[in-house]
Amino acid sequence: MKKGYIVLENGQVFEGERFGAKKDVIGELVFTTGVEGYIETLTDPCYYGQIILQTFPLIGNYGWIDADTDGREIKAFAYIVREWCEAPSNFRSEGDINAELSKRGVAGICGVDTRELTRIIRENGVLNACITDDPKSVDMDALRAYKVKSAVANVVVAGEKVKKYPSCSEEKYKVTVINYGNTFNIVSKLNEMGCSVSVVPFDTTAESILDEAPDGIVLSDGPGNPTENRKCIAEIKKLIGTAPIFAVGLGHQMLAIAMGAKTYKLKVGHRGGNQPVKSAEYKGVYITAQNHGYAVKSESVEKVGGRVIFTNGNDGTCAGVLYGEKRAFSIQFNPAACSGPENSDEFTFGRFVNMMGGKN
Amino acid sequence: MPRDLSIKKVLVIGSGPIVIGQAAEFDYAGAQACRVLKSEGVNVVLVNSNPATIMTDKALADEIYLEPLTDETIKRIIEKEKPDSILAGLGGQTGLTIAMQLSKDGYLDKMGVRLLGTNAYAIDRAEDRELFRETMHKLNQPIIPSEVTDNVEHALEIAERIGYPIIVRPAFTLGGAGGGVANDPRELEVIARNGLMLSPITQVLIEKYIYGWKEIEFEVMRDAAGNAIAICSMENVDPVGVHTGDSVVVAPAVTLSDHEYKMLHDASLAIITELGIEGGCNCQFALDPKSMNYAVIEVNPRVSRSSALASKATGYPIAKVTTKIALGYTLDEIRNDVTGTTFACFEPTVDYIVVKFPKWPFDKFVHASRKLGTAMKATGEVMSIGPSFEMALMKAVRGAEISVDTLSMPVIKNVEDIEAKLHDVDDHRLFTVYEALWRGVSVERINEITRIDCWFISKIKNLVDYEKSIEGKKLGAASYLKGKKLGYTDKALERISGNKISKHKDCVYKMVDTCAAEFKAGTPYFYSTHDTVCEAREVVKHKKPCIIVLGSGPIRIGQGIEFDYSSVHCVWALKKLGYEVAIINNNPETVSTDLIPRIGYILSLLHRRMS
Repeated sequence: MKKGYIVLENGQVFEGERFGAKKDVIGELVFTTGVEGYIETLTDPCYYGQIILQTFPLIGNYGWIDADTDGREIKAFAYIVREWCEAPSNFRSEGDINAELSKRGVAGICGVDTRELTRIIRENGVLNACITDDPKSVDMDALRAYKVKSAVANVVVAGEKVKKYPSCSEEKYKVTVINYGNTFNIVSKLNEMGCSVSVVPFDTTAESILDEAPDGIVLSDGPGNPTENRKCIAEIKKLIGTAPIFAVGLGHQMLAIAMGAKTYKLKVGHRGGNQPVKSAEYKGVYITAQNHGYAVKSESVEKVGGRVIFTNGNDGTCAGVLYGEKRAFSIQFNPAACSGPENSDEFTFGRFVNMMGGKN
Repeated sequence: MPRDLSIKKVLVIGSGPIVIGQAAEFDYAGAQACRVLKSEGVNVVLVNSNPATIMTDKALADEIYLEPLTDETIKRIIEKEKPDSILAGLGGQTGLTIAMQLSKDGYLDKMGVRLLGTNAYAIDRAEDRELFRETMHKLNQPIIPSEVTDNVEHALEIAERIGYPIIVRPAFTLGGAGGGVANDPRELEVIARNGLMLSPITQVLIEKYIYGWKEIEFEVMRDAAGNAIAICSMENVDPVGVHTGDSVVVAPAVTLSDHEYKMLHDASLAIITELGIEGGCNCQFALDPKSMNYAVIEVNPRVSRSSALASKATGYPIAKVTTKIALGYTLDEIRNDVTGTTFACFEPTVDYIVVKFPKWPFDKFVHASRKLGTAMKATGEVMSIGPSFEMALMKAVRGAEISVDTLSMPVIKNVEDIEAKLHDVDDHRLFTVYEALWRGVSVERINEITRIDCWFISKIKNLVDYEKSIEGKKLGAASYLKGKKLGYTDKALERISGNKISKHKDCVYKMVDTCAAEFKAGTPYFYSTHDTVCEAREVVKHKKPCIIVLGSGPIRIGQGIEFDYSSVHCVWALKKLGYEVAIINNNPETVSTDLIPRIGYILSLLHRRMS
C-alpha cells in the first residue's frame, strides 16, 4: 500500500494509505456520521468541492451497488475512511469501493485516525484539507484560500433540456422542479402523489418557467454557498407569489435570501442520517437525513414574514420555514428520508399538494 | 409532556434468580429504573427474590421485599404498600408475566394500580402467537409462513403454498423428535408421516425453512407522544437457528446495504408504533442473504438482554429512558446524559464496532452437549469495542476466559477432518472456522457449510493471513503495528513470530459518546485501540489518588451477579473516602459499568481486558 497524507489548513498532517484514484486534491473537509449508506453519501452531489470523512470506521462492507446510485456521479473530491473492505459481502455487490473510486477518478485515504480528525473538525469548524503523496509540496496559502466555488454549475449542466416525468396516476397538478443539483427522490415522490413533473436546470428564467403555468414550483437541494447563486435568487424572487413553492436544502436557503432573510455558514454543519428535527406545528420529533453546511438565520426569517416551523433538535438552528402569505414553505432536510410520529409526507409533499389545491 | 405527577409510589418487580437467558442485565436495568424513580421523588417499593442485586440495596429503593416472585406475594405487597403504579417492563419476563396476569384478572384495576409503560394489550399483541400474527398481517409485515395440520395430504398442500425447503415440527415431542427438513414433496411425505406418527396428538407444524438467513435485531424506543427511534442495530454472526444469546453478535449490523437497513429499520418503527409500545423494545428479523425477503421473528415488548448490550454499545441508557417515558416524559424532553447538551430523541451513531461473545458453562459441565440451537445455553457474555472487527473479536475471545488469546484453540488444532467439524454447530464454531482457514479451506466453502456470512469469515482470514505472514520472522515496526491493530497481545505476537518484541507500543483510549464525536461528551467511558491520540488523558483529574477497581467479567457457574454487587459497593466506598475511581470490566450487563451519578462523581469506565 502506498502512503498518502492529509494536510489540514492549520498545518496538521495525518499519515495514511492511498486508495481509489492516486491524485492530489484540495477540498473542504467535512464529516458524516452515517453508518450505512456510503454509496448514497458518495454520490450525493451536495458534497461537490468537499472531502468526505466517514466517522464509522468500516466502509465498503457491502461493496458497490450501481443500482443504488440512481445513475449519479461522485461529485465529492475525495474520500477518507478508517478501513475499506477488501472482501465485501452482499448478494447485490458488484465489486469493492476501491475499484469503483479508482474507476471514477476519486482519491481516497484510509488507515487514519478518523475519530481524531472528526474531533479536530468539531472543535475548529470545517477546514480545508489536501490529499497528497508529499506533504512538503503543499502550497499552504493556496490551501487556506480554497473555497467551494460555482458549485451548482458544476453539478448541473446549464441550459440542459427539460426532463418530463409523468404522474403515476391521473394528473392532478403540474409541477416544475428547478434542479440545483439534487432532485433525488423528489421527482418520484411527486409522481406518486399525482403530479406530473418537469425538471429544469438552475439557469432557467422565471419567465420560461411561468410560460408553462405550473401549479407548483419546487426548488431542489444542491451544493455550496447559497449566497453565491445571485442570478438564481433573482429568478426565485420573480417566482414568489405566482404559484405555491416548496423548497428543499439549498433551495430552502435561497428562498430565504430571495424573501430578504439571511443565511450563514455553520461551524461544522449537519451531515448524517440521525438528525432530529422538532416541529412547531406537528407534535413530536422527526429523525431526518441531512447534508448541509449553511443554515437560514431564524431571526431574519421572522423579520420578513416567515415563521420557523422546524428546528434542529440538537442545536436549535432553523430547519424549516413557512411563508404563509406567499404560499411558500421550505425545509432543510431530505423530505424522502425522515421518520417520526406522523407520516412525514403530511408536512412535506402533502403540504405542498394541499397548497396547490388552494389550502394553506 | 412533563412528568405525570400523579405517580407517587411505584412497585418495581425485580428479576429473581439468575437463570440461563436471564442474567445480570435485569439488575442493571432495574437498578437504573430505581435510580430514576428516586431522583424524580417517587417512592420505590421493590420486590426481588435475589439478594445478590444492587437494586435490593437500601440506596435504591425505599421499601424492599425479598420475597418469591409469585402472583400471591405481589398481591400481598400491593395490599400492604398500596402503590399507585407498577413498573414491570424492566425486570425481565418473570415480572412482566406476573403484572400481565394481575392486569388480566382485573386485580390491578380493582386496587387502583396503574401498569406503567407499555400497556397490557400491547404486550399481549407482541407475545401471543395468534395476536402477533394478526398484527403483522395488518401491518403487511412478513412472518415465517407456517401452518398446522393433522394429515400428510394437507401437509403437501401447505408446502406447495409456502414453498420448499420446509421444516416439519411435530407437536409435543421431546426435543423436536420426528421433525426434519424436506426439500421436495417426496421427502416431505416421509418426514410428515413420521412426525404425525410420533406426535401424541397427531399434529405437525409445516414451516418455511429459513436456515442460513441472517439474524438481525433492532433495539428501538417509543414514547407516549409517538416519537420513535432506533437505538442500535445488531447482527448475529451465526445465522438463524442459533439462539441469539448463544451467538456471537456485532453492533451495528455490518453486512446490510442501506436499502436492507432502511427496510428493517422502518419495519421496526412501524411495528412498535402499531403495537403502541412505550419504552424500549427489541425486534428480531430474519433476512435472506440472497434477496430482499425478510421475516419478523419476534418482538420483545420490554427491556431485554439485547438492550443491555445496545446500551453499552452506543452509550444510550435504554432502561433509564424507558423509566422516564413510563413517568410521562417524551423523548425530546429527556436530556442525553452523555453529551449533556443534546436530547434523547435522536438515533445514536457509533464510530467503532462492538462484539459480544457468549460465556458457556461447558467447562463446568464437561459431559453436557456442546451443540447450540434454539435453546440458550450461555450463562453470560463479554463485550468488546474496537475500530475493526478483528480487534474487537480478539479482545472478546480473550475476555471470555477460555484459555486462549487468539482464535487458535489447541483442541481444534488436533481435529483431523476439519471440514466435517465445520458442520458442528457448537461453542467452538468460530475457532473451527479459523482452523479451517488456516488449513486452506476457502471462504466460500466455509460459508457453504456454516452459512456464516463471508464478511465475517474474510475478516477471520485476515487474522490467519497475518499470522502466516509473521511466522518465524522478526517483527518490523510496520508489521508489529499491524498486529496490534488486529488485536494481538505482545505475548501472542512473540509466540507466533518466534521472536521477541523489541519495542512495545502502548494502546490509547477512545471515548464511547453516542454520536461518533459529533458533539463533545462528558462521560468518560473508554475502549482501547492503537492510534496516536489518547482521549482518556484529557479527562479532568481531580488531582486525587486514583484507584482501579477490576470488575467481575462474565457471569458463569459459581460466579453470578454478587461480584458486580460488591464492585459497586467498593466503588461507592472509595468515592466516599475521596478517591478517584476507575472501573475495568468486560461484562455489559452490569451495574458497575453503569454511571452512578447520584454520588456526584462520574466514573471512568474502561472496557478492556487487562493483559
